[in-house]
Amino acid sequence: MVFLSNLVNGISLGSIYAIIALGYTMVYGIAKMLNFAHGDVIMVGAYIAFCALQYWNLHPLVALLLAMVFCTLLGITIEGLAYRPLRRATSLAVLITAIGMSYLLQNLALLIWGATPKNFPGLFSLGAVSLFSGQLKISGNTLLTIAANIVIMIALTTFTAKTKLGKAMRCVSENRGAAELMGINVNRTISATFAIGSALAAIAGVLLCSAYPTLQPTTGSMPGIKAFTAAVFGGIGSIPGAMIGGILLGVIEILGKAYISTELGDAIVFAVLIVVLLVRPTGLLGKAVREKV
Amino acid sequence: MSENQQQPMLKVEDLHVYYGAIHAIKGISLEVYENEIVTLIGANGAGKSTTLNTIAGLIKPRTGSITFGGKDITGMQASRIVPMGLSLCPEGRLVFQQMSVRENLEMGGYTRTSQEVAESLDEMFQRFPRLKERSGQIAGTLSGGEQQMLAMARALMCRPKLMMLDEPSMGLAPILVDQIFQIISELHASGVTVLLVEQNAQMALSVAHRAYVLETGLISMTGSAENLLHNDAVQKAYLGS
Ligand SMILES: Nc1ncnc2c1ncn2[C@@H]1O[C@H](COP(=O)(O)OP(=O)(O)OP(=O)(O)O)[C@@H](O)[C@H]1O
Ligand SMILES: [Mg+2]
Repeated sequence: MVFLSNLVNGISLGSIYAIIALGYTMVYGIAKMLNFAHGDVIMVGAYIAFCALQYWNLHPLVALLLAMVFCTLLGITIEGLAYRPLRRATSLAVLITAIGMSYLLQNLALLIWGATPKNFPGLFSLGAVSLFSGQLKISGNTLLTIAANIVIMIALTTFTAKTKLGKAMRCVSENRGAAELMGINVNRTISATFAIGSALAAIAGVLLCSAYPTLQPTTGSMPGIKAFTAAVFGGIGSIPGAMIGGILLGVIEILGKAYISTELGDAIVFAVLIVVLLVRPTGLLGKAVREKV
Repeated sequence: MSENQQQPMLKVEDLHVYYGAIHAIKGISLEVYENEIVTLIGANGAGKSTTLNTIAGLIKPRTGSITFGGKDITGMQASRIVPMGLSLCPEGRLVFQQMSVRENLEMGGYTRTSQEVAESLDEMFQRFPRLKERSGQIAGTLSGGEQQMLAMARALMCRPKLMMLDEPSMGLAPILVDQIFQIISELHASGVTVLLVEQNAQMALSVAHRAYVLETGLISMTGSAENLLHNDAVQKAYLGS
């Protein structure tokens, strides 16, 4: 039962990683860049939701929506101001800009909300579910997180497979020049990708802080790095890969902490990543980059 | 020809294109009139693809002007040029490898309504029966010839007035090369103007009305395809005789 409980917690934590990893993987797949500021967008989303709940007394759903809208605009702004001018620059220049953006967001948060951690109020007071005559208790929050992940995954898969914008994203991801020749506006498509990734980051931020209620300017960094790891683990650029990578990472982390060593939990996560990359350099579901004919 | 009295459909004037410090196009001018097949021939690295990509809006020229259908399109983004009726079937085909044949074609009609796309799709399936058979197949698994057909059909999905083709016969068996040139003639007969870049100068000159010879970023010769086909210098350099 303890194992089962750990497993469910792992899946829940992994679901949060998966939602964050989607943002990394979509942006990487379409804009071909690592947006290291993505983790900090999570933190901003959580702060917005925090303000909405704590100071403005808004309904939790409204708070979530507000955080999503704010992060969407933030994502579009970051892309337009910082990354778009570098579209033809070297990937190293873009990477350094992204790291700079990450610190900028953290420092802005420090300026606005201060260094003292905020205690994030529970978003939804959902009752726990008891299974096996009370031996296994799963909190409402845990279930909500897992459910959110499943819904997002289905929605995103359908979106990229069926909608015009989703297909345009796949085209830009495969070949930017060819996509342009179809009449696709590449800048707008990349902008939309940042918008979606950042809205998801807001959801992840709220779910994360509902599970681990300490909110401070660095809250997004570690989950951001782990979600990036999850994206690489699953095969960067792949949407189902982000999902599988995220959940596996969460499960490994929780089980590692429970059965091997609390202190080494994170180290175990990264050790597994290294092993996977040694065996499969493209990640679990990643495709080898094909040579152009 | 009487065509010279009308306005050209496409007019390129004194175009200069750079890749960083590399001066790839050093001031070329060319014209394409409605209902013509014009070919641009030249050795590897002469700047043929650069010229087409610049006209299509993938590369911004340093100076010079490009006019299409009387409108200045210099430096305009490709996504705004395509709906004007100018389409490029790029070198190396660049079909979307992970999408199905049908999806590739639908993407070709990206700027048009779904009604129009459905109509053009039927048209393409008629013109290229092979693509119809394989409409659900993932494009990356098509043969080279099939991929070239798909790339051409995809470029036609936006109903171009002017279609630019960059080395459509590259890497294909002789029988397929004949087929490609057959299609180009049919396209022209159905009212599409064609600007064709080819390594296969023999074939290109036999199908085209006029030709430009490009040599390291400059136009070295121009004239009717007929004349160039029998020109000594051209024969020596590009026709291997
Ligand atoms: N992306 C690029 N960066 C730098 N130089 C380039 C780039 N693309 C082309 N060039 C250079 O510009 C010149 C013209 O190239 P272009 O591809 O237009 O030639 P081409 O006539 O199409 O040749 P081919 O017959 O081999 O396709 C060449 O010297 C090439 O090396
Ligand atoms: Mg070329």
